[in-house]
Amino acid sequence: MSATAEHIARYNFAYLDEQTKRMIRRAILKAISIPGYQVPFASREMPMPYGWGTGGVQVTASIIGPDDVLKVIDQGADDTTNAVSIRAFFQTVADVATTTETGKATIIQTRHRIPEESLTAGQVLVYQVPIPEPLRFLEPRETETRKMHALEEYGLMHVKLYEDIARHGHIATTYAYPVKVEGRYVMDPSPTPKFDNPKMHMSPALQLFGAGREKRIYAVPPFTRVESLDFEDHPFQVQTFEEPCALCGGTGTYLDEVVLDDRGGRMFVCSDTDYCEKRQASASALLGEEDAR
Amino acid sequence: MTDQALLSARSLSKHYGNRIGCTDISFDLWPGEVLAVVGESGSGKTTLLNCLSTRLLPTSGVVSYRMRDGAFRDLYRMSEAERRFLMRTDWGFVHQNPADGLRMTVSAGANVGERLMALGERHYGNIRASATDWLGRVEIAHDRVDDEPRAFSGGMRQRLQIARNLVTGPRLVFMDEPTGGLDVSVQARLLDLLRGLVQEMELAAIVVTHDLAVARLLSHRIMVMKEGRAVESGLTDRVLDDPQAPYTQLLVSSILQV
Amino acid sequence: MATPLVVSELSKSFTMHLQGGIRLGVVKDVAFSVRAGECAVLGGPSGAGKSSILKMVYGNYCADQGQIIVSHRGKLIDLVTADPRTIMAVRQETIGYVSQFLRVVPRVSALDVVAEPLVETGAALEVARARAAELLSRLNLPERLWGLPPATFSGGEQQRVNDARGFITAHPVLLLDEPTASLDRTNGRVVIDMILEKKQGGTALLGIFHDQEVREAVADTVIDVTAFAPEKAAA
Repeated sequence: MSATAEHIARYNFAYLDEQTKRMIRRAILKAISIPGYQVPFASREMPMPYGWGTGGVQVTASIIGPDDVLKVIDQGADDTTNAVSIRAFFQTVADVATTTETGKATIIQTRHRIPEESLTAGQVLVYQVPIPEPLRFLEPRETETRKMHALEEYGLMHVKLYEDIARHGHIATTYAYPVKVEGRYVMDPSPTPKFDNPKMHMSPALQLFGAGREKRIYAVPPFTRVESLDFEDHPFQVQTFEEPCALCGGTGTYLDEVVLDDRGGRMFVCSDTDYCEKRQASASALLGEEDAR
Repeated sequence: MTDQALLSARSLSKHYGNRIGCTDISFDLWPGEVLAVVGESGSGKTTLLNCLSTRLLPTSGVVSYRMRDGAFRDLYRMSEAERRFLMRTDWGFVHQNPADGLRMTVSAGANVGERLMALGERHYGNIRASATDWLGRVEIAHDRVDDEPRAFSGGMRQRLQIARNLVTGPRLVFMDEPTGGLDVSVQARLLDLLRGLVQEMELAAIVVTHDLAVARLLSHRIMVMKEGRAVESGLTDRVLDDPQAPYTQLLVSSILQV
Repeated sequence: MATPLVVSELSKSFTMHLQGGIRLGVVKDVAFSVRAGECAVLGGPSGAGKSSILKMVYGNYCADQGQIIVSHRGKLIDLVTADPRTIMAVRQETIGYVSQFLRVVPRVSALDVVAEPLVETGAALEVARARAAELLSRLNLPERLWGLPPATFSGGEQQRVNDARGFITAHPVLLLDEPTASLDRTNGRVVIDMILEKKQGGTALLGIFHDQEVREAVADTVIDVTAFAPEKAAA
């Protein structure tokens, strides 16, 4: 063992101490029991700054076991700083297997995307949440927003959507698009594009949300209704893209714009790197077979 | 006129420690009736208004309200959910400072439409039509529907606040110095508008004001408060033309003549 | 049918709290009645208490003691002890009042000022406005003024608006406080005719008229208010 490894070995499994994990698991259980309800928890200091996923990391640390396979994505990508660092963190402190393949993961920690590939029963999706309160920017008083949740007073949420239509002619909110969970709590799905909202509805996977700075955990249990708020005459719609992915040629996925040069060159590619790579691989395999014939 | 009161207060008191906010206030308010509560600042008018409108828990006493189903309910024995529902459907509250009663950063249309959305209205076109209609009724031009109240004058803001409160067709409106801080011509317009709406919608209202001219113009009855107590009450013109209590006589004699 | 208005043992004084609590007696033991179709006139010099009596009958002034009995909705009601709500109902249906001065409401047109009491009794706005227009033209108020708020009108114009407002309803009791004081002879004559019509229609009228000619034209009885003078009361 290297000197570093000896040093690291003194950490408890998955970094957090067992009492903390128990506390967070209780919060998670409560959150699962009351879908969409924000459960306060005693968020710990983590070895990373707020805004880098301290909430998601604590949730993952509390549910991960030695047999789990972890995938971490940041805006859909497995290879960006945040994803790489968090994956490395759990490799070190929990010694778990990691993967970039959606289908092979048991836990997927995500910053602002839901994988394109359908999730399956038994998988857990852990969201990193910056601001859990969907009413925050309309009603700054926490005492008041809690009351509004308790009494199911959600008129204000529609005020926001009304404003969108009044200003832009359509609901212009494209991410952190508010949803109603199991017909009761209005929830912020974290800053995922609204493109992903339909994936939350009746998902076979368990969805957990952790906000470290704001000290809140909430959850959507498997097979739970998740409805995006809208108006009868302005129904909810997801983004559509005119062109297919420039790399894999796929349609019906969420695309990122990549600027190529300073002369206006750009391309649109899948934001989900794993999905895109798989399609590219199978396409080239298909080509290879054809070449072989 | 119906035979039953809409709102009844009995021995209502609010004490702040040893200090009296208001004490031993009793009265009945009937549908369509406007009661003015007058007195100088610090006399307990606003404390009383807040105790009546469930915005401030009284120390003792009872406030009961006749619900739309005809049943009398003790406001402070209702659940908070019921009280809040009452406040945004059957009641209105017009603040002296419109910024306290409006959402300053959302459009006029959304300010008026909020109560409808809170009641479950989910058709944008209908909400907007109601909002526009109400802006017209409070004399705000239709093309201001998407402007934020921040861009409105004081008088317009106050009219917007009134529209926001009345869109659900409430039966009772509380007003705290609704014309305070407005210049005279704007005030006259607002008073006239309020008078018309009160008559047309058969609104009952409790209006707190220190301005006896406002009380004379708007109210049927008047309650004069001093140091937390009601020192005189009665028909508005009777109290103002033939004041009985020493304090009322002082108030009336202090009116400036133009 | 009950006598529409019966006043007995009525007394009024003012206590001036701001002047050390001086009590000023106004009238004492006032007693009279007005029958349907009768016009009773309160007579006496200025300061005798005529206006105070009229205001007490309208519920505008408090009385120290006594009774003011009116027949309201077939019941006898004592206005001295009635609660504000009852007085409001009585004013709406039973006792009308033509005051000497108009209390102007900003921005309300003359036509609507006149129509208002009729609207309050439940009449449709168009009906009330048509009736108001009739009265205003009868009182020779130029039509161009009807749509304007009366705040800027001359004294005579305001009084005509006031008179029209008082005469528009069919209240069984009508109180008149100098309805012709600011009017010229022609319009004074119109008001006299209107009073005579009310009498024929069975209204009980109680009024104050300083104008000898008007008084003689309308009065059935003159009530001498000096008879109700209080003895000089001590402070």
